[in-house]
Amino acid sequence: MSALLSATCAVPAAGAVLTAALPAGSSESRRRATKAVALGVSAVTLVLAAVVAARFEPHGDRYQLTESYSWIRSFGITFSLGVDGIGAVLALLTAVLVPMVMLASWHDADPGPAGPDGTFENRRRTQAFFALILAVEAMVIVSFYATDVFLFYVFFEAMLIPMYFLIGGFGDRAGGPESARQRSYAAVKFLLYNLLGGLVMLAAVIGLYVVAQDQGFGTFDLPTLASAVADGKLQLSGTAEKALFLGFFFAFAVKAPLWPLHTWLPNAMGEATAGTAVLITAVVDKVGTFAMLRFCLGLFPHASKTFAPAILVLALVGIVYGALLAVGQKDIKRLVAYASISHFGFIIMGIFALTSQGQSGATLYMVNHGLSTAAWMLVAGFLISRRGSRLIADYGGVQKVAPVLAGTFLIGSLATLSLPGLAPFVSEFLVLVGTFTRYPAIGIVATFGIVLAALYALLLYQRTMTGPVKDGVRTMPDLKARELAVVAPLVALTVLLGVYPKPLTDLVNPSVNATLSQVHETDPAPAHPVAATSGGEQK
Amino acid sequence: MSAIAVLAAAGGNTPSIPAPHIEYGQLSPMLVVFGAAVAGILVEAFVPRRFRHWTQVTLALAGLVGAFVAVVVLAVQSHGFTRIDLLAMESVALDGPALFLQGVILLAAVVAVLTYAERKLEPKAGGLPADAFAAQAAATPGGEQERAALRAGFATSEVFPLTMFAVGGMLLFPAANDLLTMFVALEVFSLPLYLLCALARRRRLLSQEAAVKYFLLGAFASAFFLFGTALLYGYAGSVKLGDIGDVISGKAMTTPAQLSSTQSDVLVLTGLAMLAVGLLFKVAAVPFHSWTPDVYQGAPTPVTGFMAAATKVAAFGAFLRLFYVAFPGLRLDWRPVMWGVAILTMVVGAVLAVTQQDVKRLLAYSSIAHAGFILTGVIAVNKQGISSVLFYLLAYSFVTLGAFAVVTLVRDSKGEATHLSSWAGLGRRSPLVAAVFALFLLAFAGIPLTSGFTGKFAVFQAAASGGATPLVIVGVLSSAVAAFFYIRVIVLMFFSDPQPGGPTVAIPSAFTATAIGVGVVVTLGLGLLPQYFLDLASKASLFVR
Repeated sequence: MSALLSATCAVPAAGAVLTAALPAGSSESRRRATKAVALGVSAVTLVLAAVVAARFEPHGDRYQLTESYSWIRSFGITFSLGVDGIGAVLALLTAVLVPMVMLASWHDADPGPAGPDGTFENRRRTQAFFALILAVEAMVIVSFYATDVFLFYVFFEAMLIPMYFLIGGFGDRAGGPESARQRSYAAVKFLLYNLLGGLVMLAAVIGLYVVAQDQGFGTFDLPTLASAVADGKLQLSGTAEKALFLGFFFAFAVKAPLWPLHTWLPNAMGEATAGTAVLITAVVDKVGTFAMLRFCLGLFPHASKTFAPAILVLALVGIVYGALLAVGQKDIKRLVAYASISHFGFIIMGIFALTSQGQSGATLYMVNHGLSTAAWMLVAGFLISRRGSRLIADYGGVQKVAPVLAGTFLIGSLATLSLPGLAPFVSEFLVLVGTFTRYPAIGIVATFGIVLAALYALLLYQRTMTGPVKDGVRTMPDLKARELAVVAPLVALTVLLGVYPKPLTDLVNPSVNATLSQVHETDPAPAHPVAATSGGEQK
Repeated sequence: MSAIAVLAAAGGNTPSIPAPHIEYGQLSPMLVVFGAAVAGILVEAFVPRRFRHWTQVTLALAGLVGAFVAVVVLAVQSHGFTRIDLLAMESVALDGPALFLQGVILLAAVVAVLTYAERKLEPKAGGLPADAFAAQAAATPGGEQERAALRAGFATSEVFPLTMFAVGGMLLFPAANDLLTMFVALEVFSLPLYLLCALARRRRLLSQEAAVKYFLLGAFASAFFLFGTALLYGYAGSVKLGDIGDVISGKAMTTPAQLSSTQSDVLVLTGLAMLAVGLLFKVAAVPFHSWTPDVYQGAPTPVTGFMAAATKVAAFGAFLRLFYVAFPGLRLDWRPVMWGVAILTMVVGAVLAVTQQDVKRLLAYSSIAHAGFILTGVIAVNKQGISSVLFYLLAYSFVTLGAFAVVTLVRDSKGEATHLSSWAGLGRRSPLVAAVFALFLLAFAGIPLTSGFTGKFAVFQAAASGGATPLVIVGVLSSAVAAFFYIRVIVLMFFSDPQPGGPTVAIPSAFTATAIGVGVVVTLGLGLLPQYFLDLASKASLFVR
């Protein structure tokens, strides 16, 4: 039993504690030391997560590098970790994005001008910000590695707390008291939505345990439960299975977020710092879609099939609705948020189309959306920090003043609209093909999402970057070295995975096929040849 | 019993009633506490005023710790709670639940006494350090006599013996094996509490009003309990819980006279309902909850913390014993009603808490909602139900004590600043205190990795396996509502701007700091590594019949 997985989880957790405990103070050197420690910890985590992904043997066992420690025996709960291809890739994505987010947010948590009477500025602000990011990273990685349903639940729920403080406690400082109020509203909305989802899931977790215990499975171990369900040793009655599925799915659909449970996302992403917004949409929300694949399909195969059409319709509505609202946004960050809602519609559609192309497309989509949205949002954040405004109307002609900024922003925009050659294209194509083979009508309507994506992404670029140079933009500096260091790897990865997605698909496909076989589902026979550039082999 | 024996002897009759056999060793936890209480009264009479505070604190802590050691020894001797006994002429039970709850009550009382002993928060009165209690309880609030008492630096150090008497009663309450002993225990712990509520140093009228309300309603509830006892005696011919259970389940031989009364269920159902009223009042379940916010708000905050934690433990202990020992056969009759009470308690507690503007009233409504959560475990009627309630009580009491201890620290010139608006921005001024309070609130809300979550999971799981799925769903939904108001306080502390001239956080002495520290350690410990205590609660969940 190697301790690689627990080390990958423990490093950021210990780093969070260490960062929080570093000496406070407003001197620049103290702050820089704090940031350096946090960045160093996240770099070590990245190395560990990469080692995990490298040591994962795609055609080996379903769960590898497994570890199990006794935790709460009374409830059959163990601290069990194990990794499949999907979990390995998503944990790696998290570990890649966190250092980028830290670099991009380098000055977001510096103490600003003191409060009205000069005494209330929190001297531990910097420590708190970076410690919270590391705490989120640790909890997200545990969720991706957990093979115990309860362990997953605990961290799925607990990650809300650091996230909540990140949203509510740190944001654009320029806004004044009004923006502080909106920020705390956004943080509370985020927490309440997700807490409600989590509590419903708690009821379902308890229900699952009680049902399983009645049949002699007093455990939360996912592989045990899933194989018992697959062998028919654990029989759930139709109603029970549906109720439990809905309980789990509700929580994941709030987190993902799926229309109509999405309304917290624009608030949260709009009010948080750009770095926190990336953490929300590219890291934390991925746990929701990941969990649909791993828990909903694995534990409740029949109910998943029953509800798949309804979920597909919701996902479709989300795709179109999110894209339409993105077109109409006046606020750059909210636009990115609505675009993400549209993208999450694609991911969920890929999962519940129950085809191998759809699901490997959805998994790739999670990674690609993470990378491309991170690039797009972080550059948008750099732009906003220069002008102090989130309104699109305040910008214009930036490409003449800051060409590098505008260029990277363009690449982010093009990735968002799934330009062929960039990574999101591969995954979006796979999702659409996978959906089309089973539900042609839904696949066709979803295609309009791409058209709308082109509209909102290019309109945003046109309004902010082209045209006459606006007043507040005239003296705008171009990207600094630190900012380039954030954007360059993201752009490089987006291009690389667009041209050569094979390493990723090799990792992911066996796990996807295993998931699909749990649902007793095979791909429909192709009526016409499919360009399976990178799709899963037919099963 | 001994009183009857003495009477019989005095009447010149042959002493047909034997002298009771008392197992002093096994009753030692209660005897130690009562002994310390009596000694505390003597201290008031004989020790000079300036030494009294420290003498009382030392005596109370020594008594409580001694009693706790005795409980531990008894628990060890019981070989994992397998050897269970009836003591003192079968009127006191010595079994797992009794020992477990006595341990919890004693530890909670230790923490509470630590907060009582705090004298650094109040400004000095008459050149002497002052605690949270009235200088002279009998003086008219705002009158000349009170001012004189303040100038002289008087202190009501009687709070320590009063608390020890209350603790003694609480130890007996969940261990009482017959209804009369249970009633006596109820009165023994209630009367000192009524008094303690009236002793706040600040806002004395509010405090006295709280005490009067608590006393009047409490006396009413006690009368219900006593009347229920009488009816059940009429029904079963015994006040012993086990005998009542035997008669109800038809196991006991019945006399012809009893047969006529057992044939009608009116006596037993009315009696049961009245007992339940008395107990539901003590645990603050809806619709018997209306005293809670006023009393929690008016009582001195250390007393509120003690009351909120220890009373709940004792009352739920008695509740469990009553329903599992005396009424096992009547499940179908009492369950629907208890379902209704539990649902109402969870919903009303959570919803009304949302509208509160005072942190002590907010915690009061939160305690009502928590009573509802605990009731779902009680209703589970299985072994898991008992053990989950035991664990929940352990977890809940330390969170509560810690939270109220934090409340004592946030002060302005008028004493504790309990209005929520004055807590705005506390997180910026005193990050540590605000973070600790946020931890307690998150535990109340049942966020994973805190003790509150483990407890909630345990009771809900017990309820679900006991077939009470609707209760679990209501519980989950009201948890979501409850989360809203806990979060609201966190928002206020961390994300709102501090008001100029708002309260400051006083630096406490080691006493309150220890109390809060214990709360934090237990909250995190039972959240991260609860296995040992779950095992303990599970082993302890067997009632003696």
